[in-house]
Amino acid sequence: MWKAESAGMRVNVFTRRKRLYTFTLLGMVVFYVLAAAVVEFNALEGFTALPRAVSWIVSNLVPTEKAFARLPKILGKLLETTLLSISVTVTAAVCAFFFSLLGSKTTRVSGALSSAVRMVAAFFRNVPDVVWAMLLLFSFGQNILTGFFALFFTTFGMLTRTFIETIDEVSASCTEALYATGATTMQTVFQAIIPSTMAENVTWVLFMIETNIRSSTLIGMLTATGIGYLFDLYYKRLDYGSASLVVLSIVAAVLLIETISSRIRKVIL
Amino acid sequence: MSILAFHHVSKTYDQKSIALQDVSFTVEEGEFVSIIGPSGSGKSTILRCINRLVDATQGTIVFDGLDVTKLGKRDLRRVRTKTGMIFQHYNLVNRLTVIENVLHGRLGHKSTLSGMAGLYTEAEKEEAFAILEKLGLTEQAYQRCDELSGGQKQRVGIARAIMQKPRLILCDEPIASLDPSASKVIMDHLSNINQTMNITCILNLHQVDVAIKYSQRIIGLTKGRIVYDGPADALPQSTIYEIYQSNKGELITDVEG
Repeated sequence: MWKAESAGMRVNVFTRRKRLYTFTLLGMVVFYVLAAAVVEFNALEGFTALPRAVSWIVSNLVPTEKAFARLPKILGKLLETTLLSISVTVTAAVCAFFFSLLGSKTTRVSGALSSAVRMVAAFFRNVPDVVWAMLLLFSFGQNILTGFFALFFTTFGMLTRTFIETIDEVSASCTEALYATGATTMQTVFQAIIPSTMAENVTWVLFMIETNIRSSTLIGMLTATGIGYLFDLYYKRLDYGSASLVVLSIVAAVLLIETISSRIRKVIL
Repeated sequence: MSILAFHHVSKTYDQKSIALQDVSFTVEEGEFVSIIGPSGSGKSTILRCINRLVDATQGTIVFDGLDVTKLGKRDLRRVRTKTGMIFQHYNLVNRLTVIENVLHGRLGHKSTLSGMAGLYTEAEKEEAFAILEKLGLTEQAYQRCDELSGGQKQRVGIARAIMQKPRLILCDEPIASLDPSASKVIMDHLSNINQTMNITCILNLHQVDVAIKYSQRIIGLTKGRIVYDGPADALPQSTIYEIYQSNKGELITDVEG
C-alpha cells in the first residue's frame, strides 16, 4: 500500500517541479517584455546595429603608425598604473588580513566587534571605486593619491570579506587545536591561520591586482593620472588609433598578470 | 590523589539546549577512562569543559588542584599546556609538515614572539623526532600533513599532544573516522602512552566494544546525565541499552550474537 502512495507522491513532486520551471521561464519572458517596453529598448534594432559598430571599430580603432610612435609613453604610464595597482592591493591586503581576524568567527574578540567589522567592510566594498574617486577628488584633488585611496577602500572591503570567509572555512579546526595546546592568539594566527589560508588568500590578492589594473584605468580618467588619463587625452583629441593602442596594451598587461598569477598559484598550491 | 574532579557541572548552550546536567565524577592519576553515550549526549562538552574550549555554566572543575572554571587567561594557558587534546578530524595544520605540527605542542611553553616565528630549540626538535620515531612516523617527518592517511594524521595528533608533556590527554572520538586496523594502532598507542608515561587518558568513544576492551573504567552518559560510572568489565548489558535508550536488537553490537 505504501508503495502506491509514495509513487503518487513522487509524481506529484515531479509535476510540481516542472510547473515551477515553466512558470519561472514564463515569468522571465513577461518581465523582459515589460522592462523593454518601459525603457523602449528594441533588441532587434540593437543587434542589427552591431555590424555597423564593428565596421566603425575596424576602420577607426586600428592603431596607426602615429599611435605606435607613442608606445613608449603608453607603456611608461601602463607600468605606473600596474605598479600602483600592485602596491594598493598589497597594502590593502595586509590591512584587510588583520581586520578580518577581528571579523572571523574563529578569532574574533567579541561578537559586536565582529559585526562592526563586517559592516565596515560591506560599506567600503559596496561603494563603487569610481564614487570613492569622485568623493576623494574634493580632498586630494587630481592626484595619484586620490586613485590610490579609491582603489584601496574597495580592495580593502572586498579582501576583508573574502579573508573572513577563508579563515572561517579553512582554519576553524586547527585553530581550536592550537588554542587547546595553550598557544596564544598571535601564535595561533602565525602558526595555523596564516599557513592554512595563505594559498587561498594569495589567489584573491592576485585576482584583485588584475581587477585593480582595469579599475584604475577608469579612475585615472577622473583623477587625470596613469593610463586612464592618457586614454582620455587621445580619445578627446579624436586620436582613436592611439586610444585603442592604450586599450590593447591594458588587455595585454592584464593577460600577462593573469599568466603570472596562475603560475604563482600552481607553485603555492 | 585525584587529578580531575567535576562537581555538579552543568552546561546549557544559548540558554536553551541542555548539554550537561549536574555531572560529578573524579578521575585518579594514571586512569584510562572512556565516556560512551549517544550523539548529542554531552561527551564532547565534558572534554571541552576541562580545557575550557567550552565554558561550563555551573559547577566547578578541579584539575591538578586548580578550579579551571575561574582561571584567568594566563593560568588557563598553563592548564592547557598540561592537557593534550586529540580530535576526530585530527585538526592538524594540513599545509605544514608533520614535524612542524608536532612542534606546535610546544607553543604553550614558549614566549608569544618565538612561538609566532616558529623558533624552536634544538632540544625541542630532537624530542619531536624521538616522539615521531616512537609512533613510527620518522619517514613522514618532512611530508605535508595533507599527504598522509587518516591513521598517520591521528598519530601526528598524538605526537603533538605528547610534545606538550601533558598530565592528561583528552581524546574526542579518536577513531571515529578510521578503519579497523588504523583504529587498533591508535588505541594501542594511547594505551601504551597511558601505561609507560603515566599520562591519564579520557576518551569519548562510539565503539562500546573498544571502550570495554581498552579502558579500566567507563562513564555512560545519556542526555547530559551520568547513568553509569564503574569498571569496564562490570558494565551490564542492560545498562548499555539504558545508555543508548534502545531495546535489545537495536544496537550494532547486538548483530554478532
